[in-house]
Amino acid sequence: MKQSEWWIRNEPPERSLAPIRQGRRIPQHYGTSVPERRVHHGGAESAAPRRRPFSRVTADDLVFFRGVLPGRVITDPDVLESCNVDWLKTVKGNSEVLLRPKTTDEVSQILRYCNARNLAVCPQGGNTGLVGGSVPVFDEIILSTALLNRVLAFDTISGILTCQAGCVLESLSEYADKQDFVMPLDLGAKGSCHIGGNVSTNAGGLRLLRYGSLRGTVLGLEVVLADGRVLNLLASLRKDNTGFDLKQLFIGSEGTLGVVTAVTILCPRKPRSINVAFLGCSSFQNLLKTFHMCRGMLGEILSAFEFLDASCMSLLENHLKLTNPISESPFYIVIETAGSNSAHDEEKLHNFLDKVMTSSLVTDGTVATEEAKIKALWSLRERVTEALRHDGYTYKYDISLPVEKIYDLVTDMKEHLGSRAKNVVGYGHVGDGNLHLNVISPTKDVGLLAAIEPYVYEWAARCRGSISAEHGLGLKKRNFIYYSKVPEAVALMANIKAMLDPRGILNPYKTLPDDAHSR
Amino acid sequence: MTARVLVGVKRVIDYAVKIRVKPDNTGVVTDGVKHSMNPFCEIAVEEAVRLKEKKLVQEVVAVSCGPQQVQETIRTALAMGADRGIHVEVSGKDYDSLGPLQVSKILAALAKKEEASLIILGKQAIDDDCNQTGQMTAALLDWPQGTFASELVIEGDKVKVVREIDGGLETIKLNMPVVVTADLRLNTPRYATLPNIMKAKKKKIANMKPGDLGVDMTSRVEVLRVDEPPQRQAGVKVESVEDLVSKLKEAGRI
Repeated sequence: MKQSEWWIRNEPPERSLAPIRQGRRIPQHYGTSVPERRVHHGGAESAAPRRRPFSRVTADDLVFFRGVLPGRVITDPDVLESCNVDWLKTVKGNSEVLLRPKTTDEVSQILRYCNARNLAVCPQGGNTGLVGGSVPVFDEIILSTALLNRVLAFDTISGILTCQAGCVLESLSEYADKQDFVMPLDLGAKGSCHIGGNVSTNAGGLRLLRYGSLRGTVLGLEVVLADGRVLNLLASLRKDNTGFDLKQLFIGSEGTLGVVTAVTILCPRKPRSINVAFLGCSSFQNLLKTFHMCRGMLGEILSAFEFLDASCMSLLENHLKLTNPISESPFYIVIETAGSNSAHDEEKLHNFLDKVMTSSLVTDGTVATEEAKIKALWSLRERVTEALRHDGYTYKYDISLPVEKIYDLVTDMKEHLGSRAKNVVGYGHVGDGNLHLNVISPTKDVGLLAAIEPYVYEWAARCRGSISAEHGLGLKKRNFIYYSKVPEAVALMANIKAMLDPRGILNPYKTLPDDAHSR
Repeated sequence: MTARVLVGVKRVIDYAVKIRVKPDNTGVVTDGVKHSMNPFCEIAVEEAVRLKEKKLVQEVVAVSCGPQQVQETIRTALAMGADRGIHVEVSGKDYDSLGPLQVSKILAALAKKEEASLIILGKQAIDDDCNQTGQMTAALLDWPQGTFASELVIEGDKVKVVREIDGGLETIKLNMPVVVTADLRLNTPRYATLPNIMKAKKKKIANMKPGDLGVDMTSRVEVLRVDEPPQRQAGVKVESVEDLVSKLKEAGRI
């Protein structure tokens, strides 16, 4: 047999000699066997990092900052309190300085200074991230994009929007709406998140199914590098094959390679007709068959396909007093269609609904065409995160899996955790193969965390899934990167980081694993 | 047990849509604009369906006046649980000048024809805010009326209505047949579920013209002009308290 085949059936020699870092063998995920059990140092991967030897902010530093940003240097502990804590209230930093630049030049001056002084910086947009990447770990200076909030240009023919990084996504949606366009992404956090943050985390969201990811819709960026250099990659071109596509490095780099200060993004035309259907399914198998049928019958007008389970619905009813519009079911689907002709779309949708109802794939459902009802139905999916927060301490997992396996992880996890967890729920972008798995306990529970991790990551790795489909790695998942990326890739990432930010001042302790820094 | 409830439903511009006045100021733009059932009419339908579910009424008939498109609105009422619909065709100039007086004449005629003993309407339509149809219908029929109902209870051949009024809540008892108009807090309308939407496709909608009911459609009201409200001026953001004080002084406010 060929040598390559031998390697697939047995561990290739190099792999078994894989470097053992900090007592942990890197997991093997080539081949079909279950990866070796990682030697788990009682949650070492999840533990907080040690503060690296950055400088500390002095009175002179404050004088400099106040010179660059008069009236926009905040040291008031009350204001800083909210910027030091993430939206989930699970991580808290100790920053004493919050900076609010208004222009790219100000950002450049700040970073040049901080780089020279070896001061760590935590870029912060809307602070809605879910992996602890948007708040300081120690005393990093918070660099907020809140005042970088101007729309710079909008081309009504091409739909290309250029704006500063601190524009709130919902404001951009409203702006685009007036011009008869929509933003190509939409997520539950839209009322607070900044487009710069969305780009830096390569946010996915509810419309990815239809419009694709930010890697396709972002046409250009303006980024300030760690040493203050301004990198102008703001092209408003659909097609530009001139050299390496540098912007792709910064998209999804979570603020560790550069601070995004402006974005050029392609907006699609606003659909004339939007319909939302909310359906109930008796089993996940039926849900998948419904998806298959949906793709076939609604194909070109399908703009979202989301699911939530019965536990999510109870949480929505109990904590947010929302009403279930249909009868109780084990699974619920939200389907959105968006097209240019309401009569055509309604016909397609009604044919589809007829078929799924008569074939009993779907047991109940309702449809909405009016804006208010559409919002109401969407809130049943968009507000799940909020409802979870009211139920207790939430452990969030955002996993990419082969679509058929998505709910298996939830059932396995329920069984695995038993009564240790108060609630285990699953929901998410089933159309994209993306599960949001959440485990709730009344309070923070280290024992529960040890039961969940690395079980959940190993499970995902076994299916060649991603341990973080869209949330990113941030602080919480930085050390688990090896479950989804080979060591050579992580090493190259570390090289790139060292090249762009040699002193490591940009959003330290995030995204790359702790051992990537030991060289 | 009461035989029949008549529910009036009106097709209006959806309340979430931004209204635009026509350039010639004769009215608002309705072409291509999203329409839906008047929210108060939805509440009326919901109440009627609940009475049927409690077996206090036998049949719920949904009525709408207007052009072909109002059939959609009647179908929505059927999907919510109404048994059958009546579409009174009114189009063209007659539809433009259609108002509470004409509608109440139609409803009064239908109530007699259908031998209804209860009419439930929305308290007002969100496009004209007239709040007159229920009252006029009751007057034409010489029936008692319970308007702005936040609670409706059938007790034998009497109806108890709790009304929302300026001073609080007023409870009245009326002898059937009655006209009741629904206020916001009467109930929360249900979502029309798919099984019902499909059943509704098979329910009957009868067509008729105002002439068939002997109703004269002439209007005594003429709309002269429609204008947008004055534009709201943008506010000014200030950076400091001193700024605020000086701006207020400039504007002559202090």
